[in-house]
Amino acid sequence: MIKKLTCIECPKSCALSIDIENCRVVALSGNQCPKGKDYAITEIENPMRILTSAVLAKDLSVKMVPVRTDKAIPKSKLMEAMGQIRKIKVSGPLKAGDILEENFLGLGVNLIAARQVL
Amino acid sequence: MRERDLVIVGGGPAGMAAAISAHEHGVRDILLLERDQFLGGILNQCIHTGFGLTYFKEVLTGPEYADRFINKINAVKEIEVSLKSFVVRLAANKTLTYLKPGVLEGVGAKAVIMSTGCRERTREMVHIAGTRPAGIFSAGLAQKLINIEGLLPGKEVVIVGSGDIGLIMARRFVLEGANVKAVVEIQKTSRGLVRNIVQCVEDFDIPLYFEHKISRIHGKDRVEGLSVIKVDDDFNEIAGTAFEIACDTVLISVGLIPENELIEMAGAAIDKKTNSPITDELNKSSIPGIFVCGNAFKVYDLVDSVTKDSVLAGELAAQYIKECKG
Repeated sequence: MIKKLTCIECPKSCALSIDIENCRVVALSGNQCPKGKDYAITEIENPMRILTSAVLAKDLSVKMVPVRTDKAIPKSKLMEAMGQIRKIKVSGPLKAGDILEENFLGLGVNLIAARQVL
Repeated sequence: MRERDLVIVGGGPAGMAAAISAHEHGVRDILLLERDQFLGGILNQCIHTGFGLTYFKEVLTGPEYADRFINKINAVKEIEVSLKSFVVRLAANKTLTYLKPGVLEGVGAKAVIMSTGCRERTREMVHIAGTRPAGIFSAGLAQKLINIEGLLPGKEVVIVGSGDIGLIMARRFVLEGANVKAVVEIQKTSRGLVRNIVQCVEDFDIPLYFEHKISRIHGKDRVEGLSVIKVDDDFNEIAGTAFEIACDTVLISVGLIPENELIEMAGAAIDKKTNSPITDELNKSSIPGIFVCGNAFKVYDLVDSVTKDSVLAGELAAQYIKECKG
């Protein structure tokens, strides 16, 4: 079976044509870089997304601190992850990249701050 | 009035890249004016990923992309940053007046770079009929309320227009627990990136209506619903195709307009249709020594391209200042 997908790894949005047999990718065309191949395989076999959101700040110069997972997590876990993000309050100065929760939800990714806050 | 070599108006991605570039090309007296309390401009509220892929060869969020330039600026002592500084006047002789809390300041410059960005088109500009209740927001305003202020503007949302900001806000509202009932686009295709159609709309099974328009907004104090109708190739309503959507919030995502009122005030030529400067060269205005870069010059799709072109604006300003002094 041939499935048409748009690669969403970057804004180039390559149009992928993917040959699928038994839920596995057997052939691929349309990608301009190796990211497209990885994307096609995970998107068909187990779709993943980087989650970005914002958490409440306590005693900081901003009300909200932007956060994100440092790697993609399964698409099916996005809403559960948001439930956890809503419970978090951060305080103290932060740099972009500081880890707020290690091994977030046991998914093997870290939740990191996405902005410097003093 | 103090005279500086270079004054830059706007501390978003364009202004920061221009400042760093001008310094790299030899300008040693730079004043960067920013109206907000932080540098970074609109990037601070664009907390989604997709920035930096061409410029840094990695995927960053807006605040992370901004952070890299803020750190560079803060490390250069010849770039003076003045925050909470709102420019209210620009004259053709390159003098500026700006408001800081409690004071009105004046400054002169050998060259000026305007990196004032763009603003959102409004409901009034696309002529949506109906009442004027609370609950109608431009998509970027809703983005600021959620990501910067920590406020959720509504629970049952319809998005008008399928530009990138609208699509990104569809996902943002869903992640925050709201119900996004539809994205309504009058054209046959989206103006947004396909990437955003996939990961912001299709991922969350949000209905996307192409060739449809909002014919009326309902509600007295708060939005209560919308009438939606299909249109033909000439955007005329097709009788018998109308339906209602109940909602408490409407986001308008129908395009951006460069902000150029200050150079217009100084006498520069402005294209009335696009609100961009009339010029025969990238980053220039019709007034020698007043440069325009980033979304104020033209609305870009990617911040990486804003950075690239603004680096050139910094270089052009440096050359101009050298010629003045020479």
